[in-house]
Amino acid sequence: MAENKLFQVAIICPDHLFYEGQASMIEFNTSEGQVGIYREHVPETLLLRPGVVTITSGQEKRQAALHTGFAEILKDRVTIFAEAAEWPEDIDLERAEEARKRAQKRLEGHKPGIDVLRAEMALNRALVRIHISKK
Amino acid sequence: MASMRDIKRRKGSVQSTQQITKAMKLVSTVKLQKARARAESCSAYFHRMYETIHSILARTGPLIHPYLQENGSDQKAVILISSNRGLAGGYNTNVAKKLLESGFTKEETRLYALGRKAKDYLTRRGYQVAEDYSDAIEEPLFSDAQTIGRAVLEAYEQGQVGEIDLIYTDFKNTVTQEPRVMKLLPISPEEAEQTPDDRLTLMNYEPDEETVLGELIPQYIHSLIYGAMMQAIASENSARMQAMDNATGNAEEMIEELSLLYNRARQNSITQELTEIIAGAEAIG
Repeated sequence: MAENKLFQVAIICPDHLFYEGQASMIEFNTSEGQVGIYREHVPETLLLRPGVVTITSGQEKRQAALHTGFAEILKDRVTIFAEAAEWPEDIDLERAEEARKRAQKRLEGHKPGIDVLRAEMALNRALVRIHISKK
Repeated sequence: MASMRDIKRRKGSVQSTQQITKAMKLVSTVKLQKARARAESCSAYFHRMYETIHSILARTGPLIHPYLQENGSDQKAVILISSNRGLAGGYNTNVAKKLLESGFTKEETRLYALGRKAKDYLTRRGYQVAEDYSDAIEEPLFSDAQTIGRAVLEAYEQGQVGEIDLIYTDFKNTVTQEPRVMKLLPISPEEAEQTPDDRLTLMNYEPDEETVLGELIPQYIHSLIYGAMMQAIASENSARMQAMDNATGNAEEMIEELSLLYNRARQNSITQELTEIIAGAEAIG
């Protein structure tokens, strides 16, 4: 049974070790869409996209917001390097709402180039934060 | 012998210098505690990033990717981390000397300077500064590391430089800091240590090798720069703390010596006055 098989999970941010522990499954958002990883997964490197990471170990489930970075998947461990990660309780909902409005306004302005990309990324981040803290 | 007034004045000046060095020592002690905590919490990311990248690359067959191949340019981009302020003992000179010792000639080196002191030292010796980010070292953020990383990577992609190196001061503990050179690009995959079991399983990439590496390597560079900045700041403050501690000690010694001289001069002048009075009294009597 997959549920009995635990593996090591570590989520690392530039300024601190965000999470480290055992898990039976981990789900997160990548450039190719949502993925769920069990133990004994084929070694793989994935690119992260802003989204929610769900760490399941037994009955317990923990969720956090995860922004750009990458994940190294090996048979018995998953290491996620993220530029930023946040537990729902640490998210400032008001600030996220403001960031969302700002980004949307900027996107409506329609200036091509890097600004649109940046605004889109900011919007994505804000949406993830709002989504996870409303749960 | 110097007059009493001269000695007193000198003592006063040494005393006020001592007050300054004492205050600076206290300030850098507090800053060191903060910087040290940051450097330590960041070093996990720093080391694991290094290990992971090398293990990923070791698990991959021969790769053709612009970041992993030499591009023929003999120019080297050197990210040089020192500080904007002096009075930190040998901290800034040691970093600059490390660069001179490690065979970076002024014709082949383009400096990306973080910290004015080592930059000024090297520009006086004829080195070219490509970019100056000295303000960032005051309060380094991850986004500063990204800005610098992007700039060097762009130069690398355009073939302006064929190698990227990082020179910073590694923080071992509060007494030892060691200037170090780290080669960022091109990466040599054979450095990774791994178990034979790991070697058998090849790494997969999604969506594909080129996209993943194209995104992964910049992140690797950014995080190494960030980690080096954290290390450097902790080193700077502990170097300054030591230097100021020594200075305070030296000032203490000087004050003691001057006090002795002052008392001697005072005694001399009293004796002289007495002799004069007695001689005068005798002459009258």
